Amino acid sequence: MELAKQNTQIVTPDSYMQELTTLNLGPTHPATHGIFQNILKMDGEKIVSGVPTIGYIHRAFEKIAERRNFYQITPLTDRMNYCSSPINNMGWWMTVEKLLGVTVPKRAEYIRVIVMELARIADHLICNSILGVDTGAFSGFLYVFQEREKIYEIYEEICGARLTTNMGRVGGMERDLSPVAIQKIRDFLRDFPKVMTEFETMFNRNRIFVDRVEGVGPITAEKALNYGFTGPNLRAAGVDYDVRVMNPYSSYQDFDFEVPVGTKGDTYDRFMVRNEEIWQSLRIIQQAMDNLPEGPFHADAPEFYLPPKQEVYRNMEALIYHFKIVMGEIDAPAGEVYHSVEGGNGELGFYLVSDGGRTPYRLHFRRPCFIYYQAYPEMVVGTQLSDAIVILSSMNVIAGELDA
Amino acid sequence: MESTEFLVRSAVILAVFGITLLIATYSTYAERKIAAFIQDRVGPNRAGPMGLLQPLADAVKLFFKEEFVPANANKFLFIAGPSLAMLTACMASAVIPFGNTILIDGQYINVQAIEVNIGILYIFGVVALGVYGIMIGGWASNNKFSLLGAIRAASQNISYELAMGMSIIALLLVSSSLSLRVIAQQQGETLFGISGMNWNIFYQPLGFLIFIICAFAETNRVPFDLPECETELIGGYHTEYSSMGMGLYLFAEYVNIFVASAVMATLYFGGYNFPFMYDLGLPHNLVTLIGTGVLFIKILMFIFFFMWVRWTLPRFRYDQLMNLGWKVLIPLSIANVIITAAVILISEQGLPW
Repeated sequence: MELAKQNTQIVTPDSYMQELTTLNLGPTHPATHGIFQNILKMDGEKIVSGVPTIGYIHRAFEKIAERRNFYQITPLTDRMNYCSSPINNMGWWMTVEKLLGVTVPKRAEYIRVIVMELARIADHLICNSILGVDTGAFSGFLYVFQEREKIYEIYEEICGARLTTNMGRVGGMERDLSPVAIQKIRDFLRDFPKVMTEFETMFNRNRIFVDRVEGVGPITAEKALNYGFTGPNLRAAGVDYDVRVMNPYSSYQDFDFEVPVGTKGDTYDRFMVRNEEIWQSLRIIQQAMDNLPEGPFHADAPEFYLPPKQEVYRNMEALIYHFKIVMGEIDAPAGEVYHSVEGGNGELGFYLVSDGGRTPYRLHFRRPCFIYYQAYPEMVVGTQLSDAIVILSSMNVIAGELDA
Repeated sequence: MESTEFLVRSAVILAVFGITLLIATYSTYAERKIAAFIQDRVGPNRAGPMGLLQPLADAVKLFFKEEFVPANANKFLFIAGPSLAMLTACMASAVIPFGNTILIDGQYINVQAIEVNIGILYIFGVVALGVYGIMIGGWASNNKFSLLGAIRAASQNISYELAMGMSIIALLLVSSSLSLRVIAQQQGETLFGISGMNWNIFYQPLGFLIFIICAFAETNRVPFDLPECETELIGGYHTEYSSMGMGLYLFAEYVNIFVASAVMATLYFGGYNFPFMYDLGLPHNLVTLIGTGVLFIKILMFIFFFMWVRWTLPRFRYDQLMNLGWKVLIPLSIANVIITAAVILISEQGLPW
């Protein structure tokens, strides 16, 4: 439009729009980290307008959930933000527990905190290292991926799975932390700070990297709030909203940690906020490991928690409960609950309505990526193609969660 | 021309060409091994001992791939693009003096494919032609990402050639010759009481800095790999290429790195000269042999440097790249020319007052 004003004689707004190129960023562009499309109008390298298209991997999770028993819905949550699936799992279990009125023992809550913070570290590591890859520095990505691999080994030790974890049960965990798992977490706490320091040394003050991300895609706090931003992207804009602090769940009030806040809301702030959150997560895990209480690792909720296998073979009540749970024949009380957790990239909420049946009457996921992506077209207008890609990866938009 | 000279010169030409291709081939292997070293990985180790046959395996794989031409592409230009890139890349190494002279039958024969008295200009011309390969390929692909890559390549190469040329002008003021052989020979003189240490880097440190930055930009390497940046343009100008078309582009890049390294070693780091080369009292041919070896060590060090940077730094944005070229490097190189000229003038004629 600037150009049009300068040369009104030659270039009318209409003919200017015709001069523009349409560039299809996606659906299979490597920088989209998933499948979604942006139809960009380009004036050379400059982006004049962007139209996003979503829904390429929409799997109708909310509808599928209406036909599933509560314990069968966790695998669906795994596949939303697959970079931090344990947080999704735990958020879902907490929602169900809220509906059923189950009190979770302290030890289970602490184990959940450990797992969730590990997942947060993994999620932020991926986001920040992919930001590095998108600016062209590939090596930092592989440095921290070794550590992410160790986090996955811890998951494996806790629940047997790596990416789509399907971890936990109604009322707690499916099993206690094994000595091997505890050892692996301790090893991770010992080794990880060194790698993280190395990663930060590589990027934080790298002139080229800082030039690439500083002042790119800024969003003011007001605008971010209007869009409904949460999580690191909102905190980078200067609002200290963190579900873990504002509305503590799973004993987060027991831990001492800080909420890093940015000032400008640009890509550099988002990067730095995530880096700092990784350090804070480490602190939380350290505290949880040091103060891990003794006691049971699951609540006493026999209608919803599978009895131990030995009991099933010996005890009639256990056999009945086992059968009923596996066949999904237990009714949940009627009611509606909302529960939100601080997910890897923002407030992940579950709105669950039950009509007293065996399955949810309606389940809605509040997916932070879906909300971030609404702001994306506005954020990229006037920037360059390279910036558009950096902004996308710094907002950590994950297609699985965007489309659900 | 006598038959011995003819034979020796043919052998030299073949050797120069062969070595260029060999080093470029093994640069691909080195790139992967160095990347692996930097990233705590193992790298290729399946094909042959320590993966040494990997370049061969890569080439065979590329030959067996389907040669895909997009539906609306201009087929002639689509094939001409990579060919031109490869051709110009291979032409440049002809004038680089890979060694001093060999003494055979009382005759001195240059270890160099052709001796041209305007060697630097030749290299500049040929390297500048290289961008045509990229532009033609990017345009002929009929793909917007390729086109963006081609545009980026063209503007980047033109911008950085200016600064490169300026840094060379300062060097020419010092050496007062356009012939690479003469420049190399001058650097064999005595400095600091050591023979073979009269390297231009001691006279032109700033010029060298500008030159090496521009060399990175000319070869499209990180942090200047905007024409092909994987995460934005999906390969840029070679998005649509497969099989050997792609292979030629990638190979041309490595040949260009080799040429750039060789030029830098020759212009600034003494070429085939090495410290104490005339103080040891060795026979002439032996000195030449060692000198050639030393030159290749220097070249390999530069190639390693190229790769080290590639796996360490992020890349620039398009406008930052232009700012660096036009607002930083060109003024710096002009200042370098003026300072060099003033110093030479004063040292030859004394202060004007």
